[in-house]
Amino acid sequence: MQAPVTHILPLTTIRRERLLPAAGRVVVRAGQKVEALDVVAEGSLEGGHVLLDVRRGLGISAEQADEIIERKIGEEISQGDVIAGPVGLIPRVIRAPKDGRIVAIGGGQVLLETQDGLLELRAGIPGTVVDLVPDRGAVIEGTGALIQAVWGNGHMDVGMLTVLLEQPTDELTVDRVDVSLRGAVVLGGYCGQADVLQTAAELPLRGLILASLAGALAPLAARLPIPIVVLEGFGRIPMNPQAYKILTTNDKREVTVNAEPMDAMRGTRPEVIIPLPATSKPPLPRDTDIFAPGQTVRILRAPYAGMTGKIISLKSGLASFPGGNFPAAMVELEGGEQTAVPLANMEIIA
Amino acid sequence: MTISLVDAETLLAVDIGAVNTRAFLFDVAEGQYRFVAVGMAPTTASAPYKDVYEGVRLAVERLQEITGRTLLGEDEQLIVPALPDGSGADALALTLSAGPPLHAVAIGLLDDVSLESARHLLDATYASVAEAVGLNDRRRADAQIDAILRVRPDLIVVAGGTDGGATRSIIKLLEIVGLAAYLLPPERKPEVLFAGNAAMEAKVRSTLENLATVHTAANIRPAFDLEDLGPAQVAAREIYTRVRTRQLGGLQMLAAHSGGRLMPTCDAFGRMIRFISQLYDPAKGVLGVDLGASSTTLAAGFAGRLTMSVLHPFGIGEGLRGVIKEVPIAEISRWLPMHVSDDVVLDYAMHKSLYPASLPVTLEDLAIEQALAREVIRLASKWSARNNGRDVFFPEGGLAKICEPIIASGAVLAQAPTVGQSLIMLLDGLQPIGITTFVLDQNGLTAALGATAELNALLPVQILETGAYLNLGTVISPVSPAHYGTPILRMKVTHESGEENRIEVRQGTLGVVPLPVGHKAKLTLEPLHRTDVGFGRAGKGGTVRVVGGALGLVVDARGRPIQLPADASRRREMIKKWQWALGG
Repeated sequence: MQAPVTHILPLTTIRRERLLPAAGRVVVRAGQKVEALDVVAEGSLEGGHVLLDVRRGLGISAEQADEIIERKIGEEISQGDVIAGPVGLIPRVIRAPKDGRIVAIGGGQVLLETQDGLLELRAGIPGTVVDLVPDRGAVIEGTGALIQAVWGNGHMDVGMLTVLLEQPTDELTVDRVDVSLRGAVVLGGYCGQADVLQTAAELPLRGLILASLAGALAPLAARLPIPIVVLEGFGRIPMNPQAYKILTTNDKREVTVNAEPMDAMRGTRPEVIIPLPATSKPPLPRDTDIFAPGQTVRILRAPYAGMTGKIISLKSGLASFPGGNFPAAMVELEGGEQTAVPLANMEIIA
Repeated sequence: MTISLVDAETLLAVDIGAVNTRAFLFDVAEGQYRFVAVGMAPTTASAPYKDVYEGVRLAVERLQEITGRTLLGEDEQLIVPALPDGSGADALALTLSAGPPLHAVAIGLLDDVSLESARHLLDATYASVAEAVGLNDRRRADAQIDAILRVRPDLIVVAGGTDGGATRSIIKLLEIVGLAAYLLPPERKPEVLFAGNAAMEAKVRSTLENLATVHTAANIRPAFDLEDLGPAQVAAREIYTRVRTRQLGGLQMLAAHSGGRLMPTCDAFGRMIRFISQLYDPAKGVLGVDLGASSTTLAAGFAGRLTMSVLHPFGIGEGLRGVIKEVPIAEISRWLPMHVSDDVVLDYAMHKSLYPASLPVTLEDLAIEQALAREVIRLASKWSARNNGRDVFFPEGGLAKICEPIIASGAVLAQAPTVGQSLIMLLDGLQPIGITTFVLDQNGLTAALGATAELNALLPVQILETGAYLNLGTVISPVSPAHYGTPILRMKVTHESGEENRIEVRQGTLGVVPLPVGHKAKLTLEPLHRTDVGFGRAGKGGTVRVVGGALGLVVDARGRPIQLPADASRRREMIKKWQWALGG
């Protein structure tokens, strides 16, 4: 059976395609070294539109209006520029109410597209530009530790990792989050209190990596301006041992927290990257796999959520659980315990 | 070359769902169609595969393992039509629900007339209405354009004007649509479905055809007080498959294999319910409930007339994100037989939405999942009451009409450890009235059969008569104003053997009268205290013939709506007692 794969790797090659949502300008060149926060492409932030009704504004017919409109489609306009006119004994004109670009003219009307600023697309990972996508972006490749998460609030930043958990089961409490952490990326366990998140944003931290989050706090976490990623999910779930080991052994290193929301269709998900040098380029992680004995898996649901183990065997037929009968595998958990786990409740760690 | 479904002996039906892809094999044995087996694999529409064919191939591979039949060639492609050596299938039918709903914009003249009908049309398919623009919209034209652009619509439905009615107002709205379409990037040009004043069709085409892909259908509001969604639903279905074929890798090739027989799963499900409604008692309706991971479909057929609601994103996987925004957590946890805090229930729902394919292993998780299922069904019926199903459901949820049978699909129902758990989720969620039969689509066949029904009416009829569906039982739901514990109904069950059971039913109880699967009996009902058992008015009794199901005859006298005790421990005891009444 096909298996979902989560990357939790101490050293791997990371390749990411970063694309603007619409055509723009690529500002890096192939072979260029970039940091995670470097801009690789720029585009216009979608602004609004202003429909200027020349016909009605000047009290003339649509045909007359079209004749006196002095602008062309595509023309850049500044606020106050004359769009049409003058007409009449007391000359009247139509002026642009905002800076923008003319995108349509017809029927005595002019449609002006205003711009709300520049959209800067950042590299997201430190590395080298290995390919360019004309007008849209670039492909960046780097090496380092990669820990994929399951929930992110859409922000991205870079900072020094500070480990605030001694055990994978720890809860991050507000008394641990003090001013000395300003500018750091904090590794916490479970977060169940709103004041932890609020304090983290007020300091501010550069990022917060959590094992799990109380579901009730997700709307607050989504609103905060600092990147927050959740590795396991919602509810009190310990951090999986693989991620815990990688992250805690990289204390005080620079990490990139890319809290890009998970989007299965586009294939994006939040992630934590710790740039590390590699003497030879490690292989790219595999994105697809099937369940087989010997594989390391992460368990997604109770009663073993957040635990990892190795598949010993795939059970033939359906295995019986209190919740029903499902295809399953025998898994040896980290502590040595062996248990049956539904295949649907596991991901391969690769 | 494709073979018509009418001539096909071996039929492969594939349903590409949000979470799983199922491949069903139907074959002819002794002159009758029969359901052979189903193979299942995870759907591969999303990353990293981004190609639905991979999931289809794996599901068919599984089907090959189960049946020993060869359905894939050495090139791993489906063998359709069948080869002389017997490998392959004569025909392929496809249903699809994978992928996010279409982003849709509804455009109409009056909010509660054509705009409402445009919404109803979109509510009957996998589309979410992200924006609506009507004549009474007070926003400036440019603000309306920006609102449409923000949606990045896949589909814009334009309605308005009775036939022979308004034209100028529609032209004004078309200008807004045209400008928005003009401004969208070339790869995002929307599909526009015009289903308004028929006299405007040529004008719509000339205004929009260079800016968007224009489709037209008969007016969904031909008269002020008349709504006719049928032809536009056919067009919306074609648009859905067209958009999805563009968006999902592998679908175009599969659609070609099927000779274009690709349908949205909800439409195929609805078609089957409509079809069944033509076979059963025309005085009653037939209800279909399909509880999916991302969406829930309610389809009610009344003598061939179909009412459909597709609730998106309300499902038992990813759709839980929508559910927890609409339903207070306390209303979910009230169905739990053990103490679980509301925070834990919320955590469960949010976590499950991250891992929609994951399964409940512990009893607590199972109870939460089943509580969620009850509320998703109730929410769907409530939502439907406000839209397409306003004659079928009560505004506060629950069935307002007698429907028989009620056919239920969906993994959470089919995979429940006991049939009693499947039935009680349905009873609590739908709260039916009168006498009905619940049928569980344990293999998820309904949409697949619907996809074949129009071309081969024989196949679904014959499959319905086999054991592919599980008759859960006949349910009698008396509605009475009497107090708790008061006798409200006397029942006499006369078995074919002549044996008789007499039962007095008390208000507030849920019980079972044994009647083995397939056994027939005569059921005489004598209501007391102005109790309504569905014979047309309160207090009226009667005799009906019933057939036994997995649970026999179930008498649900818990009242409508079901009133749960306010005291938490009493409530939990009651829930447990009801569960045990249906076998645990």
